[in-house]
Amino acid sequence: MYAQRARTAPNAFPNERMSRNSAERYGYFEHDADLGVVGRGMTLEEAFEAAAEAMFAIMTDVAAVKPAVAVNFEFEEADEELALVRWLNLLLGYCHERGMVFGRVWLERDGARWRGGAAGEPWRSELERGVEVKGATLTMLSVKSTADGWEARCVVDV
Amino acid sequence: MDLSRLRQIEPWCWTVPPAAEERRAEVRLFGNAELLATMDDKVLEQITNVARLPGLVGCAMTMPDAHWGYGFPIGGVAAFDPDRGGIISAGGVGFDISCGIRCLRASLEWADLAPRLKALADTLFERIPAGVGEEGSIKLAPAELDEVLRGGARWALARGYGAAEDLEFIEERGCVAGAAPEDVSLLAKKRQRGEMGTLGSGNHYLEVQVVDRIYEERTARVFGLREGQIVVSIHCGSRGLGHQIGTDYLVSLAKAAARLGIVLPDRELACAPINSPEGRQYIGAMNAAMNCAFANRQILAHLARGAFSEVVPHAALETLFDVSHNTCKAEHHAVDGERRLLYVHRKGATRAFGPGHPALPARYREVGQPVIIGGSMGTGSYILAGAAGSENRAFASASHGAGRAMSRHQALKQWHGRQLIDELAGKGILIRTRSMRGAAEEAPGAYKDVNLVAEATEQAGLARRVAFLRPKACVKG
Repeated sequence: MYAQRARTAPNAFPNERMSRNSAERYGYFEHDADLGVVGRGMTLEEAFEAAAEAMFAIMTDVAAVKPAVAVNFEFEEADEELALVRWLNLLLGYCHERGMVFGRVWLERDGARWRGGAAGEPWRSELERGVEVKGATLTMLSVKSTADGWEARCVVDV
Repeated sequence: MDLSRLRQIEPWCWTVPPAAEERRAEVRLFGNAELLATMDDKVLEQITNVARLPGLVGCAMTMPDAHWGYGFPIGGVAAFDPDRGGIISAGGVGFDISCGIRCLRASLEWADLAPRLKALADTLFERIPAGVGEEGSIKLAPAELDEVLRGGARWALARGYGAAEDLEFIEERGCVAGAAPEDVSLLAKKRQRGEMGTLGSGNHYLEVQVVDRIYEERTARVFGLREGQIVVSIHCGSRGLGHQIGTDYLVSLAKAAARLGIVLPDRELACAPINSPEGRQYIGAMNAAMNCAFANRQILAHLARGAFSEVVPHAALETLFDVSHNTCKAEHHAVDGERRLLYVHRKGATRAFGPGHPALPARYREVGQPVIIGGSMGTGSYILAGAAGSENRAFASASHGAGRAMSRHQALKQWHGRQLIDELAGKGILIRTRSMRGAAEEAPGAYKDVNLVAEATEQAGLARRVAFLRPKACVKG
């Protein structure tokens, strides 16, 4: 289960990684009907954040999204792969529920307990319209440590 | 797909012999060598995995438009018996629960519409909320939404959307029994708040088409179709509510499978016995999403009618048929001479009842159910009719679309949205979209040859071609 609270404090974000070095941190892989997202980072949490950025970049130009409204939440999941899917789906649930798109995300881990958040804004006409992501799937799901840190990937349904 | 692994058992049907130690049911792939060769090997892997699930009845099958999905292939059909340990799988339905097509026939000829096509395309684009981030004008709180989930298209009709005559021509008459709004999460209901009457994104569309060719004159007459006539097809599903139900139950069913000792060859095949608490809950939630999709398409049909009445006031739009292609439905089928209740998963496959089926509207009963194969925005679509023998061949199922031949990623590398839209305009097809990325991903060249898919569907004995529809204007999500 998760808890949530909304806030409107654009300067209170733990990091702003989503606006830097995106080409190195995230990418995509092939799937016939949908799309695979890959996130990379020095830590597991960074890789999860990068995977989220890859997902939101399917929907819009994340660099253009203003961090006007933030959402924080927590969840428990011991399985790292299922945690990736849970993380991405919680972000999707919150953004669609609020009619928003997120441009920044953050995530911390304490064992099986995860504390995450995101900031963004309601859709406005100036934002680039990409393709809606319906959900993150268990297909080609993998979370692994690499020589450069961590890599997290799964197929998202569009 | 590596055809050397397949064995052709009929001109349009193939199988894969199991290895000596392999314990699974038979698989059948409908299509010809050309179609199967374009499919990814993953299609074969996925349908073979489906053939290992408990309680499967008969074969696990793929339709001629099959492509690589998650868990089940898209274009996958599999029936399970609840009394023999049969399962229900969220991966066998998909995230976009009850995605389907509403087809409307217009009392209008192409010659009359042609001078006003641009005005109609613009008006439809203005009135139909389409694409990521677009909301509808109907805002429903969770408690109000429960009424939608119970009532389906009937709820929409009671709210003034559409005509009473529509219901007769919607699968399940617009309201499937067994919906359980209490098994739908609050987040799913919140996601739907602004999404009633919206088209969505990706491969969803509202298309104005002209009947270009009639294949079966008598059936076309029964369907109310003639050459040169305008038809409108609306492709969308249960929107955010269905997506969230898929998300919620994918994980809970995966955990149920582990708890119940069901060995899953792929985690995405997350499933539980139909007769288990988790299975029953998912079925209740899925049925609720089906009703949501029926209501959504009913509202969109109403909005389309509004746009038509503004541009061509004398034109009437009647529902030809509305059928889903991402479902699992409880149906009775004859198996080895015995009538049995089965749960038929159709993921990217259309129900296709043949002539005489009692569930069909009286008007269509003699000729069979209208089956809609939605093609890409540049090529065309088909209306078919359920074939007499299709119940025995594929539990009365048929193709649902052209099927992707190329990934979205590849399509993005190959086409630019603006350029593609201009090229299609040069061919007389008007595209209206807010997403250039979406247009590129949906390029006609990224899909299989819809003509071949429709031909294969007919030759395989799944459904008969009735009419070919050529696109004229398309609102893309």
